[in-house]
Amino acid sequence: MTLSAVMVRSSAPLARRNPVAKLVAATVFAVGVLATLDPLTPALAIAAELVLLPLFGVGYGTLLRRGWPLLLSVFGVVLTTILFGANRDGASVFAVGPIDVTTGVLTVALGLALRLVALALPGIMVFATTDPTDLADALVQNARAPARFAIGTLAAFRLVPLLGQEWQALRMARRARGVDAGGNPVAAARLFAGTVFALLVGAIRRGTRLATAMDARGFDSGTPRTHAREQTFTRADWLFLVGAVLLTAAILTVSIATGTFRPVLG
Amino acid sequence: MGAVELRGFGWRHAGRKAWAVRGVDLSIERGERVLLLGPSGAGKSTLLAALAGLLADDSGEREGTAEIDGLDTRKARERVGIVFQDPATQLVMSRVGDDVAFGLENRGVPRAELWPRVADALDAVGLTHPLDRPTHALSGGEQQRLALAGVLALRPDLLLLDEPTANLDPAGASLVRSSLNAAVSRETTVIMVEHRLAEVVPFVDRVVVLAAGGGVVASGPPARVFGEHGAALAADGIWVPGQPLPAPRRATAAPGEVLVTADRVALAQRLAPTDLSVRAGEALAVLGPNGVGKSTLALMLGGLLRPGAGRVVASAVLARDDAARPPHRWRAADLTARIGSVFQNPEHQFVASTVRAELAVGPRRLGRPLAVVDELLDRLHLDHLARANPYTLSGGEARRLSVATALASAPRLLVLDEPTFGQDRRTWVELVALLADLRDEGHGVLAVTHDPALVEALADRRLELAP
Repeated sequence: MTLSAVMVRSSAPLARRNPVAKLVAATVFAVGVLATLDPLTPALAIAAELVLLPLFGVGYGTLLRRGWPLLLSVFGVVLTTILFGANRDGASVFAVGPIDVTTGVLTVALGLALRLVALALPGIMVFATTDPTDLADALVQNARAPARFAIGTLAAFRLVPLLGQEWQALRMARRARGVDAGGNPVAAARLFAGTVFALLVGAIRRGTRLATAMDARGFDSGTPRTHAREQTFTRADWLFLVGAVLLTAAILTVSIATGTFRPVLG
Repeated sequence: MGAVELRGFGWRHAGRKAWAVRGVDLSIERGERVLLLGPSGAGKSTLLAALAGLLADDSGEREGTAEIDGLDTRKARERVGIVFQDPATQLVMSRVGDDVAFGLENRGVPRAELWPRVADALDAVGLTHPLDRPTHALSGGEQQRLALAGVLALRPDLLLLDEPTANLDPAGASLVRSSLNAAVSRETTVIMVEHRLAEVVPFVDRVVVLAAGGGVVASGPPARVFGEHGAALAADGIWVPGQPLPAPRRATAAPGEVLVTADRVALAQRLAPTDLSVRAGEALAVLGPNGVGKSTLALMLGGLLRPGAGRVVASAVLARDDAARPPHRWRAADLTARIGSVFQNPEHQFVASTVRAELAVGPRRLGRPLAVVDELLDRLHLDHLARANPYTLSGGEARRLSVATALASAPRLLVLDEPTFGQDRRTWVELVALLADLRDEGHGVLAVTHDPALVEALADRRLELAP
């Protein structure tokens, strides 16, 4: 599996936006949602996100397939909050053994779940519709990020899928040497630590070799780089950004107007 | 352009006592194609790195001079291109066209001029894929061709090749060699390091031999150097064309009991249903093109990977009281006492901090005496390295150690994945003799290999996997 393999290739109007614009828009939106603790704001945000989804060219089915680990973790958070949350105000709804599940704890759990989803969706939308190469190009060309950082990170990410194969090979090689945990948790922890160490040593070696190969092709020459692929930041990208800011403001306004707004700060 | 002049050149890596390379005097004219030879540890790769201007001043100590067209190598980097061994760590971008473009971007080539040069370079090496083809979808040989295109697009005057085919199977290696023949102009100076000589000798004009202790031993046309120094070079581990290998050894006795049987084993997308059995006292070679599942089969027989379908059955001779269970469900310690696996990459298997401790891991787990450790150190010529860290060994030494660790727990069956891959001639000869001895002592030996010479020298039986 590689990074580009998880991408949805789409010519939908918002998927085509400049990667930096998408990144900034998602950040603005997420910060807006994070600013308040009430459940209404994230609920509105999720509704807006789901409406916008087709404009990114991401189908609802695709979202479900990509997003199920998120749903799973949301479920975990909700369960933990219901069982162990400190807020036990409000009327008791039902009891699980000694644990009293109240309206108060349910509200907190619901708020948390909604915030998590509202926060994660923009991230999924951006990264599902953005080619990593395009993102690095746009960061360098439109956001003035240093190429050493953006292109270097991009190249390093290409080595990440190798780690999975390497891990499997190391595990099997250790078994072949007669090293296994045999159900002993201390031995299992030591085996895990040893394997992680070997994985890191290998990753550093590969990273060094890649850096050398990049420098051999002039990456460290100091000559001003040209860009083989052009990324432009157009009027449509500005409009998109403005739209994201307005949408965030609108949601917060509704939340304030209905009196549900509970700021995180203050 | 591309003339090389070395005067008393030497380099010592920071923190090392010994010089990696020293006392090298060498003049190479523009357009010459030079094959650089020397025993492992003679500093061939270090010399190439120096010529490519990749040895940072703060990473070691320099001696003498190294110049390209009268310029110090550190200032002549734009004139030099280098191709390394491993395709995975020299491709930078995720698409074919972008990768070739990477170096041109670094050199500040304007976009209008850049893409035609990308197309020319890909054309020259014979890669006909669309520019947006993901690089990970290419075969190893194609990836090395792409790496070569990325370097040639920069139009270097001096092209350095550091074992560009060492990580490839024979088909991939031949792809890369044909690209070199077609794409490198006669104006470009070439210096290459390569282990398997027979295939590259037609490409070069001159052979330069470095000595392990420093300096140049011989320099001249291939025929003359091999004629005068052939036997000495072969003894140093260099694969000199025409130097005879020891006579093949077949099993001295009829094969014994069946040790392990694979019954229609398969794994989705990796291995089609396959049958085989290995007997005591026989050597079986498993052959077939890349991607056909040879390594997967070796892992299954080694009890390391559970077959997706079919089963691996160990006989009572091998499994004793555990015969009812398949090898992949045995305890690891039991497994090493019965089946020894040697991986393609020896470093994956190292778990201790010295060579001696590494050899003691197996016997200690099994509660057996450690006398076998000294015996193996001696038998595999590792005694002088007993206290070295396994990660610091040379390729040949690491390979011998990985075989020794498998032998330390005295398994009846040995499963080896490409045991001779990238080995110098001396290690190769020793390894083949060792495997033949083990077979004649009654071990079963299964080797997955691309190496026709190994099959010729050792195999009693061969199994060819078809795609």
